[in-house]
Amino acid sequence: MAKFLPLEQAVAENLNNGDSVAFEGFTHLIPTAAAHEAIRQGFGDLTLIRMTPDLIYDQMIGMGMAKKIVFSYIGNPGVGLLRRARDAIENGFPRSIEVEEHSHAGMANAYEAGAAGLPCAVFRGYRGAGLAAVNPNIKSVTCPFTGEVLAAVPSIRPDVTFIHAQKADRKGNVLVEGIIGIQKEAVLAAKRAVVTVEEVVDNFDDLHPNLTVLPRWTIAAISVVPGGSHPSYAHGYYARDNAAYLEWDEIAADRKKFQAWMQANVIEKSADDFAARVGHLRKAA
Amino acid sequence: MSDNHNPLGFSPNEMMTIAASRALRNDDVCFVGIGAPSAACNVARLTHAPDITLIYESGTIGTAPDVLPLSIGDGELCETAVTTVAVPEMFRYWLQGGRISIGFLGAAQLDKFGNINTTVIGDYFHPKTRLPGGGGAPEIATSSKEIYITMAQTRRGMVEKIDFFTSFGHGEGGDHRKRLGIDTAGPTLLITDLAIWKPDPATKEFTVVSMHPGVTREQVQETCGWVVKFAEALDETPAPSELELTTLRDLQARTKAAHEGPWKAKAA
Repeated sequence: MAKFLPLEQAVAENLNNGDSVAFEGFTHLIPTAAAHEAIRQGFGDLTLIRMTPDLIYDQMIGMGMAKKIVFSYIGNPGVGLLRRARDAIENGFPRSIEVEEHSHAGMANAYEAGAAGLPCAVFRGYRGAGLAAVNPNIKSVTCPFTGEVLAAVPSIRPDVTFIHAQKADRKGNVLVEGIIGIQKEAVLAAKRAVVTVEEVVDNFDDLHPNLTVLPRWTIAAISVVPGGSHPSYAHGYYARDNAAYLEWDEIAADRKKFQAWMQANVIEKSADDFAARVGHLRKAA
Repeated sequence: MSDNHNPLGFSPNEMMTIAASRALRNDDVCFVGIGAPSAACNVARLTHAPDITLIYESGTIGTAPDVLPLSIGDGELCETAVTTVAVPEMFRYWLQGGRISIGFLGAAQLDKFGNINTTVIGDYFHPKTRLPGGGGAPEIATSSKEIYITMAQTRRGMVEKIDFFTSFGHGEGGDHRKRLGIDTAGPTLLITDLAIWKPDPATKEFTVVSMHPGVTREQVQETCGWVVKFAEALDETPAPSELELTTLRDLQARTKAAHEGPWKAKAA
């Protein structure tokens, strides 16, 4: 049952060294505040799972927190490459990192299978694709009815999933709106789920009946962090800070510049600092 | 390009985007890659194909953005879409389900059979450059009914042998797709900044069928890493019309203003 906790406590209670963890968000609603809290608390040996690792995984990898990364697109969306992740993969800095790479279809199916309690996902994919030759977790099964050969990948079942959402009601049910990505599947596939939200409302009585609502008993902890997905955006609350993504390309290009930025903007800050970062983006939403 | 070919003063990149936009039909359901494909698809929507269905992999179906998105998940894609679905539904019901007529892709590296690499330069396990990877492309390439590719020509980009098969085109050519059990057409069109290419019906090697105004065979060859084949009956691509060019330039001006927004000084 969802407990409302300060973010510091929610992360401390639910994340452990060595966990497999998904901080999900498909361009929208990226749980940056939760990732920064995990960085401040200094976790290590994590297996980081995410379809589209972007700035927060670049930051966690650059801080040496990850032993493995599972992904399907490792880029700065709309800008280019992730330079801290590249440094780890190409040069083993600050530590070497194991890579498990899939396609979006592969990851999406694997999360869905995890949410469905299945051991693996079956789909039509990876045909002729080089990934099937370099990732031993991409296998095939033959349909017992038609004989068609289909791709199979193990389901994804993280120890803990973090997502950011628009709002919770006072009971702890959570509403996710807009580009909902893979968040519902990532929550249901995980052993524990932690959600940061923009705000808490009295109840969800007026909602359309088919909206994406995660019932409170699927969530371990909720933390209220306005602006918590900056520099990504929260549909209905604030716009994407495109300039921050462009700026990240320069920060992450240099090891010292990166460390200095992390010290000033993550280590010496707290979850309370996020609200001010989206002030100028609220009108544009 | 000499002035008599180009009274409107269009650039090779503008010609590429406009030639690519013309290939799309009003009744197409198009899975849009970011970058050059996104510009072409939206010019088509704003000119001759107002009812085209544009789909981005973030789950936005039937989107009509006023400016080009920086990422595949920008808020405006969702706000202007007919519907927004979850990512697993996007890939299972809509792409795998066979509902996409055109998958429109860009490429970091491309070979003459339309195979694309966006994964690594160098060896996969010891890469010289780790690129972002495939994202949705491996299955877009095999589940869309046809694939269009657009990219500016360079010798680094158009190569004899790609370093990694991110998404499968025609493999080694001929009936290679069929032999792997892939029953979709694969790459049927390549639009560059210099020419329009189509696969040879038998070998599946991309062949230049039309050159853009003022472009020479030598220019096409100099910027391509394989020995280029030209069709016997070589066409000249019609130059952009004033409407096409104005539409593209207005779209790019709106996009630039929107992305720079209040943080122009910070990003510069």
